[in-house]
Amino acid sequence: MTNAIQYTKRRFEALKGAIAAGDEDEPLAVTGLGEGVGVHLQLWLLVGMVVFPILVAVVVSTKQQGIVTSLPDLIPGTYAVENYREAIVDYGFGRFMWNSLLMSVVVVVGKLVISVLAAMAIVYYRVPYKDLVFLFVLFTLLLPVPVRFIPLFQLINDLGWGNSLLAITVPYLASATTVFILRQHFLSIPNSIVETAKLDGVGPVKFTLQVLIPMSRGVLVGVSIIMFVYAWNQYLWPLVIIDSEANQVAQVGLQLLQGDVQGGQLSWSLVMAGSVLTLLPPLALMVLFREPLLETFAIQQK
Amino acid sequence: MTTITLRNLRKEFDDVVAVNGVDLTVRDGEFLVVVGPSGCGKSTTLRLLAGLETATDGEIRMDDRDVTGTEPKDRNVAMVFQNYALYPHMTGRRNITFGMNATDSFTDEEIDRRVAEAAETLDITDLLDRKPQAMSGGERQRVALGRAIVRDPDAFLMDEPLSNLDAKLRIQMRAELTRLHAELGTTTVYVTHDQTEAMTLGERVVVMDDGEIQQVDPPQALYDFPENRFVAEFIGDPAMNMIDVAVEGGVAVHDAFRIPLPTGEAGDGKNVENGTAAESLADPEAGDRRKAVLGVRPEDLHPARDRPDLGETTFDATVEVTEPLGDSLLVHCSVGDATFKMGAEPRSSLEPGGTVSVTYDPERLHLFEPETGEAFYHSSTAPVTSDRLERVAND
Repeated sequence: MTNAIQYTKRRFEALKGAIAAGDEDEPLAVTGLGEGVGVHLQLWLLVGMVVFPILVAVVVSTKQQGIVTSLPDLIPGTYAVENYREAIVDYGFGRFMWNSLLMSVVVVVGKLVISVLAAMAIVYYRVPYKDLVFLFVLFTLLLPVPVRFIPLFQLINDLGWGNSLLAITVPYLASATTVFILRQHFLSIPNSIVETAKLDGVGPVKFTLQVLIPMSRGVLVGVSIIMFVYAWNQYLWPLVIIDSEANQVAQVGLQLLQGDVQGGQLSWSLVMAGSVLTLLPPLALMVLFREPLLETFAIQQK
Repeated sequence: MTTITLRNLRKEFDDVVAVNGVDLTVRDGEFLVVVGPSGCGKSTTLRLLAGLETATDGEIRMDDRDVTGTEPKDRNVAMVFQNYALYPHMTGRRNITFGMNATDSFTDEEIDRRVAEAAETLDITDLLDRKPQAMSGGERQRVALGRAIVRDPDAFLMDEPLSNLDAKLRIQMRAELTRLHAELGTTTVYVTHDQTEAMTLGERVVVMDDGEIQQVDPPQALYDFPENRFVAEFIGDPAMNMIDVAVEGGVAVHDAFRIPLPTGEAGDGKNVENGTAAESLADPEAGDRRKAVLGVRPEDLHPARDRPDLGETTFDATVEVTEPLGDSLLVHCSVGDATFKMGAEPRSSLEPGGTVSVTYDPERLHLFEPETGEAFYHSSTAPVTSDRLERVAND
């Protein structure tokens, strides 16, 4: 998306230049301008499509009942504070959020440590059959957590980890995607930098902490955000393995908000308040770290 | 202050032989340049010296130490890379001191003093607080040199350090490297593919091809007395002309011309390898007439009217193309089935298609074996250098 914006900016610059230079090639200038407006229209349309449901959720979370049947129902209500207070205090949603946060942070940190070490071993050390090992790591992509549910459930219970933080973090610690991204990044670091360190007698620990990690900061932050959102959004596994409300995570907690209304109308405004709350931490991270995030996934021109 | 000795050094990558039995001595305090086309094994040789590659066979000695299997950090050498290899997240100062901190053998005051000294020498004092991103290519390379200097290594290893710089800066840095070496006197091995760089920088130049050393000599000797066709054609720009001829009784015979080969003060026994006695021109097996390749540099060929002093022997050639180089005019000529290039006065009126009478410098003729490419005749006598004596003694 930024590329499109950059492109538009360039177009406008070029146009301004052409106009300033008294370029009389009028038709070209007009089509150029039209193209710029077209790009913006497309962008707004796409952004609108993505944002619309979220806006509806925000609006609904401010109403008393939150049933939307006609367009006037989309006018914001006045029950916002009441709804959020009820979700956080009465339904203990704050607790769920905290559990989610804890889980996500542990998963991110654990994944980073393991993936950095794995990628380092694959890139910088002479390990026999390391390409095969790397292939095997990639192969685990074919077996995501949901596929492994039954054996995993058994294993976790055998270990006596049921209903604990360990149960919802350890199964997520190995990440083929992260190893892959970090491997590619390490490979892009010029060999001569590693060799200079070798000649200077810089040991592996010092090299990792003072050269490799600082040089990979952008990628590490980007990967962390993605992993955080992934961990934060886990639903099925915590639902299966966690059976006490006190240890439950926010995504499952949402369902509790909805299920509490016995038989009668369920309070959509409450559910939406919870949804908006669960949305906030990932959103905040995305906004704070959007630059390294884009850097990680954009094609870099160097 | 170190002498580096390589003995029968070999390096194989799977089925490719990168370095094929290199014997070489880098003298104490010498600036030795290794030059060759890409893929000739020059960089691999340097990396073997640094310990970044493990030798398949052979021996590397530094003074009396056998360092063949030693870890890079224990060899006490500093390497300068083509892409500078500066840590992008560190300032110039941190880049320079980072490696010093690693070995723990310097006190803080000593580090400060050495950095200040190196910065003074290289004129980079104001770069110390900048990050590489904010430096130009030349500045980065100077910081990289600073990093090499402060460690006070036994030898500098430089892997095409000037190749990423633009032409003007390269010439400037070349002079600076020469000055730096004169100041420090540290044994330096410098790898490049640029023969101009090799000629200007090296006290001695090693020409490599195909993993083997072709010749080791001071630059002028390399230019004047190439030992084989490869060296003759690689050193010098434009390259030496090579014309197939037959040698008959001390005369190089071509369909279109005959060039008498001066024999100098032949047979005094001094010029062992370049024995210029008339009899040595004759192939002992084929008798009086033998095939050879005549090598003459374009700058040793002249239009006869420009250089009447060079003697009577001239031949006529057809001008094909002229290339003005500013300081001279390069003329592509053909004679019979042979083509050659000739240097002429810059404002000569030579038109393509015309005929020109060509003369040559009789002192500057070379003959090579057509099959092996070995030089067997130089029309002037090579000075007896210690290198040559050494080689003859080894043979």
